[in-house]
Amino acid sequence: MATQHSRSAARLMMGPAVVLLLGWMLVPLLMTLYFSFKSYLPLRGGDLGWIGFDNYVRFVTSSAFWPSVSATLIIVGGVLLITVVLGVLLAILLDQPMWGQGIVRILVIAPFFVMPTVSALVWKNMFMDPVNGLFAHLWKFFGAQPVEWLSDASLFSIVLIVSWQWLPFATLILLTAIQSLDSEQLEAAEMDGAPPPKRFVFIILPHLGRAITIVVLIQTIFLLSIFAEIFVTTGGAFGSRTLTYLIFQRVLESQNVGLGSAGGVYAIILANIVALFLMRIVGKNLDA
Amino acid sequence: MGQIKLEKVTKSFGDVEVIPPLDLTIGEGEFTVFVGPSGCGKSTLLRLIAGLEDISSGQITIDGQDATNVPPAKRRLAMVFQSYALYPHMSVRKNIAFPLRMAKLDQAEQDKRVEQAASVLNLTDYLDRRPGQLSGGQRQRVAIGRAIVREPAAFLFDEPLSNLDAALRVGMRLEISELHKRLATTMIYVTHDQVEAMTMADKIVVLRAGHIEQVGSPLELYRTPRNLFVAGFIGSPKMNHIDGAEAAKHSAKTIGVRPEHIDVVDGEGVWQGTVGVAEHLGSDTFFHIHGTGIAETLTVRATGEVDFRHGDRIGLVPRADQIHRFDDQGLRMP
Ligand SMILES: Nc1ncnc2c1ncn2[C@@H]1O[C@H](COP(=O)(O)OP(=O)(O)OP(=O)(O)O)[C@@H](O)[C@H]1O
Ligand SMILES: [Mg+2]
Repeated sequence: MATQHSRSAARLMMGPAVVLLLGWMLVPLLMTLYFSFKSYLPLRGGDLGWIGFDNYVRFVTSSAFWPSVSATLIIVGGVLLITVVLGVLLAILLDQPMWGQGIVRILVIAPFFVMPTVSALVWKNMFMDPVNGLFAHLWKFFGAQPVEWLSDASLFSIVLIVSWQWLPFATLILLTAIQSLDSEQLEAAEMDGAPPPKRFVFIILPHLGRAITIVVLIQTIFLLSIFAEIFVTTGGAFGSRTLTYLIFQRVLESQNVGLGSAGGVYAIILANIVALFLMRIVGKNLDA
Repeated sequence: MGQIKLEKVTKSFGDVEVIPPLDLTIGEGEFTVFVGPSGCGKSTLLRLIAGLEDISSGQITIDGQDATNVPPAKRRLAMVFQSYALYPHMSVRKNIAFPLRMAKLDQAEQDKRVEQAASVLNLTDYLDRRPGQLSGGQRQRVAIGRAIVREPAAFLFDEPLSNLDAALRVGMRLEISELHKRLATTMIYVTHDQVEAMTMADKIVVLRAGHIEQVGSPLELYRTPRNLFVAGFIGSPKMNHIDGAEAAKHSAKTIGVRPEHIDVVDGEGVWQGTVGVAEHLGSDTFFHIHGTGIAETLTVRATGEVDFRHGDRIGLVPRADQIHRFDDQGLRMP
């Protein structure tokens, strides 16, 4: 890319991709903004004209708004916590030489290949069903009253299901990170008198810092918008309504596109706030 | 303190016996160098002593106490790795203090020892940097610093200078030698480098395929190599080996003459040959001589600038008292 000529050629070549990407992102964003300032009710009169910030005011003042924000944050936080902690432990386990390593690794990755809808249904019907679920049998076996997972502990159940899905991702990234740790560092620490727990805290964990950051950032992006798991399990009932789900309900169930669009803009703001906090907390790990 | 004794030590990886039964005593305060060709088991031996690998059988004694099953941290040995193995996310200060912190020394004592080590190793200005911000030589010094603060019974070095450039190597070589003189602690040092082995060692251990071929002071090994392998391994350039009729004249299977023990003369010598490559180093000149009729190539080292060129026909005179004789097992004959 040294000469003027090759630089302009490069720009020309990249042009289509840039235009496509811009359109891809800008068009939906602009449409969302456009609708959010309108009263647009497809089945009840269609486009009823500009109404300023009414949709925005209505969306935040609705009694469902703050609970949905907190449900979103609880799910994101809970899943991050579980996947990172278990992911680190699993990665360490999988890094140990053991019999059948290849098979075990594939098994660990498997949940990631299951579609969210399917895995949520499997969990709902096979594990968490209060009558026929495995958990119900287990509880009964110990003489306890089966838990109505999806209604009594709906948020926890969803966190569990989503964690199960995302654990392989975390494990995989953390495993490659662990494998890149220079074994001489561990040996040096061993000779320096650090027992295994201290080697974990002082050598392995700092080494994993960057990988954990990546896991947290990528998962957050996806977790902020989980939908299928809620749709097929609780349908947003029992306090498991996230911001995404609330927007879905406003747009499709109440057929209020304008209100939903305003919610979409709030979702963007929330995502940015979360991103800001995350970068504050873990972003420094990305600097070499 | 710091006597290390190996008795009948063996090590196998699966079915492969890397170290056959081996006995070795490393005396207190000695600077011992392990040399040998690549893959002969030098690192393995060092790791066995350190306790990073379990021995398959035999016994290791440190200062008279059985250390065979003692974990590495309890053997009071410090190791300096080839890759330095510094902790990248800790400052130099924290790196050096790490063993002290693990030993739960109080903070004042930790600081004192770190400052001390840093001043010995000229690291005082770098204490707050990360290892990634240091040069190779400085990293090496941090690794050594981390080893000395523990005041170990012995230091183990695995090719510590092999990642450094030639000039730095010479400097670090002197620093390590000086450190040894000052601390008078036992040191075991693995190297590929002839010069390091010859200049630093009190005692050289020559290994081949896990066997000890010979143990002795550098000059002992140079003057009286026990067999052909040691003769070829110690000394640079390598000793010339001559078989056949010429050796028979000395009633030996093979004779060996070091390059520096052959004089070149203009005209008639004991042997004649044609100069192949001549390497003029200024202080020395190395000639590779062909067509002598007694060996494929003979290497000759002449002191100073000797002006023979490629293709010159010259005479060679070996010094009679510097001819090593070996029998048909390759062992030295008296
Ligand atoms: N973990 C292991 N598993 C199996 N074989 C091993 C292992 N470690 C070393 N070996 C073998 O043991 C032999 C000695 O290895 P070692 O690393 O001690 O050689 P070295 O003398 O240090 O060589 P170099 O000079 O190249 O460092 C080699 O043949 C090597 O292949
Ligand atoms: Mg080695």
